[in-house]
Amino acid sequence: MGLLSGKATCNTHGQDSSYFLGWQEYEKNPYDEVQNPTGIIQMGLAENQLSFDLLESWLDRNPDAAGFKRDGQSIFRELALFQDYHGLPAFKKALVEFMSEIRGNKVTFDTSKIVLTAGATSANETLMFCLAEPGEAFLLPTPYYPGFDRDLKWRTGVEIVPIQCTSLNGFQITETAIEEAYQLAQKRHLKVKGVLVTNPSNPLGTTMSRNELNLLVNIITEKNIHLISDEIYSGTVFSSPGFVSIMEILKDRNCENTQVWNRVHIVYSLSKDLGLPGFRVGAIYSNDDMVVAAATKMSSFGLVSSQTQYLLSALLSDKKFTQNYISENKKRLKQRHRKLVSGLEKAGISCLKSNAGLFCWVDMRHLLRSNTFEAEMELWKKIVYDVKLNISPGSSCHCTEPGWFRVCFANMSEDTLKLSMQRLKAFVDSITTTLHNQSNHQSIKNSRRRSLTKWVFRLSFDDRVTGER
Amino acid sequence: MGILSKIATNNGHGEDSAYFDGWKAFDRNPFHPTQNPGGVIQLGLAENQLCFDLIKDWITKNPYASICTAEGVEVFKDIAIFQDYHGLPEFRQAVAKFMGKGRGGRVTFDPDRIVMGGGATGANELIMFCLANPGDAFLVPSPYYAAFDRDLSWRTGVQIVPVHCDISNNFKITREALEAAYERAQEASINIKGLIITNPSNPLGTTLDRDTLKSLVSFINDKNIHLVCDEIYAATVFSSPKFTSVAEVIQEMDCNRDLIHIIYSLSKDMGLPGFRVGIVYSFNDTVVNCGRKMSSFGLVSSQTQYLLASMLSDDEFVDNFLVETSKRLAKRHHNFTKGLEQVGINCLKSNAGLFFWMDLRHLLKEKTLEGEIALWRTIVNDVKLNVSPGSSFQCTEPGWFRVCFANMDDDTLQVALNRIAAFVQQDKESEKPTKKRCSRIFASASHRGSTNKVSCRRT
Repeated sequence: MGLLSGKATCNTHGQDSSYFLGWQEYEKNPYDEVQNPTGIIQMGLAENQLSFDLLESWLDRNPDAAGFKRDGQSIFRELALFQDYHGLPAFKKALVEFMSEIRGNKVTFDTSKIVLTAGATSANETLMFCLAEPGEAFLLPTPYYPGFDRDLKWRTGVEIVPIQCTSLNGFQITETAIEEAYQLAQKRHLKVKGVLVTNPSNPLGTTMSRNELNLLVNIITEKNIHLISDEIYSGTVFSSPGFVSIMEILKDRNCENTQVWNRVHIVYSLSKDLGLPGFRVGAIYSNDDMVVAAATKMSSFGLVSSQTQYLLSALLSDKKFTQNYISENKKRLKQRHRKLVSGLEKAGISCLKSNAGLFCWVDMRHLLRSNTFEAEMELWKKIVYDVKLNISPGSSCHCTEPGWFRVCFANMSEDTLKLSMQRLKAFVDSITTTLHNQSNHQSIKNSRRRSLTKWVFRLSFDDRVTGER
Repeated sequence: MGILSKIATNNGHGEDSAYFDGWKAFDRNPFHPTQNPGGVIQLGLAENQLCFDLIKDWITKNPYASICTAEGVEVFKDIAIFQDYHGLPEFRQAVAKFMGKGRGGRVTFDPDRIVMGGGATGANELIMFCLANPGDAFLVPSPYYAAFDRDLSWRTGVQIVPVHCDISNNFKITREALEAAYERAQEASINIKGLIITNPSNPLGTTLDRDTLKSLVSFINDKNIHLVCDEIYAATVFSSPKFTSVAEVIQEMDCNRDLIHIIYSLSKDMGLPGFRVGIVYSFNDTVVNCGRKMSSFGLVSSQTQYLLASMLSDDEFVDNFLVETSKRLAKRHHNFTKGLEQVGINCLKSNAGLFFWMDLRHLLKEKTLEGEIALWRTIVNDVKLNVSPGSSFQCTEPGWFRVCFANMDDDTLQVALNRIAAFVQQDKESEKPTKKRCSRIFASASHRGSTNKVSCRRT
């Protein structure tokens, strides 16, 4: 018998993964324009730092929200005492209206169906507790957000079974892939309780197509399972095709008040769209009253600070502000995205065509020594330690194909982004040169005896080995 | 196969309990001095509302502590993006210092052992996830905080094994009682992973004496099980004896520190339940590391961390606050308990907390649980006071009630006292009509079907 719990001593928290190790390296040697210009540039952090000036100017115009005041009267006491897990009504109203606005008002949300939680981290875990028993499973399309391994599995005992998506069709979900996932679950003796998708996708940065969404609705109807749509990036869609929420699809198919209607749940947060991850504002939206009731009670374990609810209720109730913010934020993301893409192109690197998110899904397969995850790790380490860019390797996102990396673009200044692209280009140029010099070398073994981090060579398609970790 | 999980559909959340009827009665008909003077007075809510003036005053004088004011907005961005589960260093340092001051400076706390939880609610659940597997158990001396059933068990699958304490020795937790409970658990193949206590006690309002605390440490050390001390009311001690924290006691004892953990919060000492500041403080490094990762599920809003870091770093403010809160709680406690004494109602002698443990055994028609419930319903529905019956805290001795005294103003307290006086008087004068009323109320109580608390009592 261990002194501590199984959970305390296992590593299902997922933090031994490279995703988090890259962060640690960055922490040891963080880039600063003035104080540490050769430090590691953080490109592994999906933060939206592009629109703080808009928030700050709103604060400047609205001093009451800051000072715990409403119409000039102090409401400090009221807020200090407010711990009702139903949440501040004014905040919930403003939040559902904001969610609706992001969806072009094509769908509306009901305040009685929303549950506030301490970030999407807590929302996702809470939904697992509500929808699945320990040992049951949710299907997730790969690649997926590395934090899901902790959020969905760790304390809940729920398992994740991947729906393998590939670059052959831009990583879209196919019926075949879902069927294969089901078979995999069966082999592992796992009962599937639902599917969880992130839309727009992290790490792909793409919005799900109507076809995919319809496919999902078909599957969950047929199999009588749940669908969770984590729409945390819904406000970051900066170009076409626009964002189609799962709720829109259900509406189009006249699914209101049917059984499948009750099995679709949305997760939201203000961490990405508004760039406020520190405030811990997450939400579960469900059409199922029982889920809402259970999740509301569970939210006791992670309520949103009343101080923060109040500030944000004022902010999001200001429709002039929200309209302007949503459109301006998108413009800036689009611009920044373009800068990253063109910087990568100059280095001979392409990425998956994307229209959303705070990152690009970058194709560095041609820079791998071999089509293996080992080679991906080698390349990644080189990029972190030598090129000094913290980017996220695809394997940390459970991608089945080696060579893809998630690179964030909205969490640094334009100058820093420019610098990172210069470093990357220099790196690619150097290995291309090295490659040219090495191209006459016969013995691969000899080459391998030298430090593996010194060179890579172009991959021959015939050598491709799939599925290797 | 259910479409939802068992956890989502069972009543492990504890809210089907009949005790919520008291709250419902209050919600339907809340007292207001002018608008609803006949309404129900809330005496069931353990909130500290006595020192908001001090906090408001500080906030007004320190606009830089808010990231939204002109004075503070330059840190808005940095704070808004700060989601590091280590928490703001200034926040941890300020909380560690506050905890030390709240314990009279007799012990210091290491900021690096401070781990955040979503309120003490989140913190208590978190420590269970770290220390016990589903099916394992924790010993909990009764009477205990009603929501422990939810916080410790609901999603964790950890069992609560109550250790019943009673008035025969003033509800003291004895080594014998613990040993007996431990033995019984072993015989029933229940794996006890630890003991959890609340000190100062909810609902008793008493602090543990040093010797008892030492014997608890000795007990868990011998059995190699954990000791979790929920010290959420640490700074609400308003009269002697002073508060002795487990952190103090282990300084003078040989024990395995890996077994010692403290739960803390600012909800009671500072009266800020809305801000959701829960703390897990463990002397076990693995628990700190694991707990920190788990705190991702309930981090404190960085906006709130920042405000409190500033406030709690202000030594002058904190020193004055701790003295004032103590004074005001003492006065409130004194006024209420003296008022009750005058009508022949006694309370357990207490020196802490936001409530006292009222003895109404002499008013019970039957010295049974049913008698207690009947009396309770009379108090809620007729006297119009929402107090909490002892059975809601798993007290095995009928007739005790927890009464809160820090969540209303002085005038409301006086109204409550007047009503109690009137009720006691009436009760003395008219036995028979009261009996009939009680049995009618009891009939409606049994209809509510509150089976979990009433019929499944553990012994």
